[in-house]
Amino acid sequence: MNAEVRQMKTAAELGLAAEWEQVKDRLPGPAGLRENAFQRFAAVGLPHRRVEEWKYTDLRALMRDAKPLAAPPDAAALDRARSAGSVLDDVTCRRIVFVDGVFSAELSDLAGLEQGLTIRSMAQALADGDALIDAHLGRVVPAERDPAVALNTAFMGDGAVIHVAAGSSVDRPLNLVFLAAGTTSAAMFTRSLIVVEQGARAMVIETHEAAGASDYQVNAALELVVAEGAHVDHVKVIGEEAHALHVSTLMAKVGAHARYNDFSFIVGGGVVRNQLYLHFHGNETVAGIRGVNLLRGKQHADTTMVVDHNSVGCQSRELFKSVLDGESRGVFQGKIIVRPHAQQTDAKMATHALLLSEQAEADAKPELEIFADDVQCGHGATAGDLDEDLLFYLRSRGIPEKDAEALLVQAFIGEAVEGIEHARLRDVLMEVAVKWLGERD
Amino acid sequence: MLEIKNLHVEIDGKKILNGLDLSVGKGEVHAIMGPNGSGKSTLAYVLAGKDDYEVIEGEVLLDGENVLAMEPDERAAKGVFLAFQYPIEIPGVATMTFLRTALNAQRKQRGEAELTTPDFMRLVRDAAGKLNIDQEMLRRGVNVGFSGGEKKRNEILQMAILQPRLAVLDETDSGLDIDALKIVSDGVNRLRGPDRSMVVITHYQRLLNYIVPDVVHVLSKGRIVRTGGKELALELEAQGYKQYQEEPA
Repeated sequence: MNAEVRQMKTAAELGLAAEWEQVKDRLPGPAGLRENAFQRFAAVGLPHRRVEEWKYTDLRALMRDAKPLAAPPDAAALDRARSAGSVLDDVTCRRIVFVDGVFSAELSDLAGLEQGLTIRSMAQALADGDALIDAHLGRVVPAERDPAVALNTAFMGDGAVIHVAAGSSVDRPLNLVFLAAGTTSAAMFTRSLIVVEQGARAMVIETHEAAGASDYQVNAALELVVAEGAHVDHVKVIGEEAHALHVSTLMAKVGAHARYNDFSFIVGGGVVRNQLYLHFHGNETVAGIRGVNLLRGKQHADTTMVVDHNSVGCQSRELFKSVLDGESRGVFQGKIIVRPHAQQTDAKMATHALLLSEQAEADAKPELEIFADDVQCGHGATAGDLDEDLLFYLRSRGIPEKDAEALLVQAFIGEAVEGIEHARLRDVLMEVAVKWLGERD
Repeated sequence: MLEIKNLHVEIDGKKILNGLDLSVGKGEVHAIMGPNGSGKSTLAYVLAGKDDYEVIEGEVLLDGENVLAMEPDERAAKGVFLAFQYPIEIPGVATMTFLRTALNAQRKQRGEAELTTPDFMRLVRDAAGKLNIDQEMLRRGVNVGFSGGEKKRNEILQMAILQPRLAVLDETDSGLDIDALKIVSDGVNRLRGPDRSMVVITHYQRLLNYIVPDVVHVLSKGRIVRTGGKELALELEAQGYKQYQEEPA
């Protein structure tokens, strides 16, 4: 008796199925890939708390309904997107802008691309066919079992397809700007693919923000190939509106002798699930994977990471810091896998939560799966409130309570922010944190 | 300057200060000596406003103002400074940032303008130089990786920058070797002045060879049991605290 018992379908699941029937024939690109993905999703439905990977983020309960796919932005939406400020306004970047999930050439800056850099829209690449897509799409990391990724593959609309040729260096960080600007409720499924070839250098910053929209759902996926000897920084800033549902997934494959530096910054959104799948596919790579969450109100943010060491002598450092105020909930699940032949792996993972209110909640689930014997692996998780003795010391020097708290919170997240190599970006994110702290009551 | 009248203080229901009276005039340096457990550190913390201490009775006035009604940061802005017995490490907060935030917060509370960056830098450089604190230390997190002596010097640096009216030095000599003791004492002596009062809390007479007090008090079982001149410290050094500990409560 091992027949699978399917629960009653939820409104969101029924909505997704109806939406699928309606749109599947007009979505660009590989119909078979999409159909397979949707069927994989349909077989399991929305993940819920009895699915171990989603234990703390019961998407079946949290996702009340499925919004219709966003319509392409009209002139008014584009206007809102144009005038919307961004946390990255003060960082010199090359902006590649997507409004309601659709690439906007007008708002993007594609002039004077550095040598070796090519950028095109995913929708176009899917419609016309593209060698990069043929080689990599859906193949970078085996994560298609993940229901959020399966949904993304089924519904993917637009996104960026970026290629950095071997040995080239992209001077300006590439900022993929995802803006929700629609005034009716909508869902956006963006999919991007970035391939950084041998020995190349690039920095990619994803920003997910709203420009007038409030009732929306985002499912954004990025596949990233970091080839041998390449040096790539990836930063994701999730600053969605307070009621938005945001699920995003990074799937990265890192080659031998590469350097990879990842940072997630979650400061917005109602329900956020930030997924990272990282595979070390060559010897002696060095990776830093860090993140900061600043949550308040009823925000729920879940960072779930799987780091798969599949090669010899790779080093990874994972450090995540959450600051939780109000009734917010911060979740961290981190799994480090060390395959049998991945000897001399050096992996250290830590997650720390700072609770600023009695009602906030932190959940941490670090896991190590080690099959090699010559490795150094460790993990640590803490949750606590601000140290009274530290606060008293600062206050005894004349620093008012709120300022003393802010100083300690900055110090707390600073340890993770320091991992970002881009100095201006570090400052900008700390400024966001200072502003966030200033808004506390 | 400082008037403490009939102060009774409890921590976790246990009586520590038991009707303490103390009067420190403007510009005076008073030493408080006493055996372990007599309430010396409690007195220091109560003056600075630490939460865990419950004042049952009595009052503390600074130039006539009720100190006990003030938050710790208000007290600091009014000129109360505690040099901690065990200065705390604050990883991630650079000493420079800390000093600047503290000084400007106090100035703001007093309605004074913030110090400009060059003025502030000059102030810190001068004060740090006199205490043999190098610039590299100032860039590190507050007290992080500092030796015991460096931490105590850092306390005196803060005092020099913040220029309090009332400085309470809690066992500033503990953990110091003789060279460090001299640097710290010289730092304190430079800050003596007609407008600054000091309460120097110590178990040993040694510190008082360097910071010579105007008045010496003996604290026992939560109250001042004897008051005298600086020669009282020498007498205590010779005879110990035994007679005070055996006194009935």
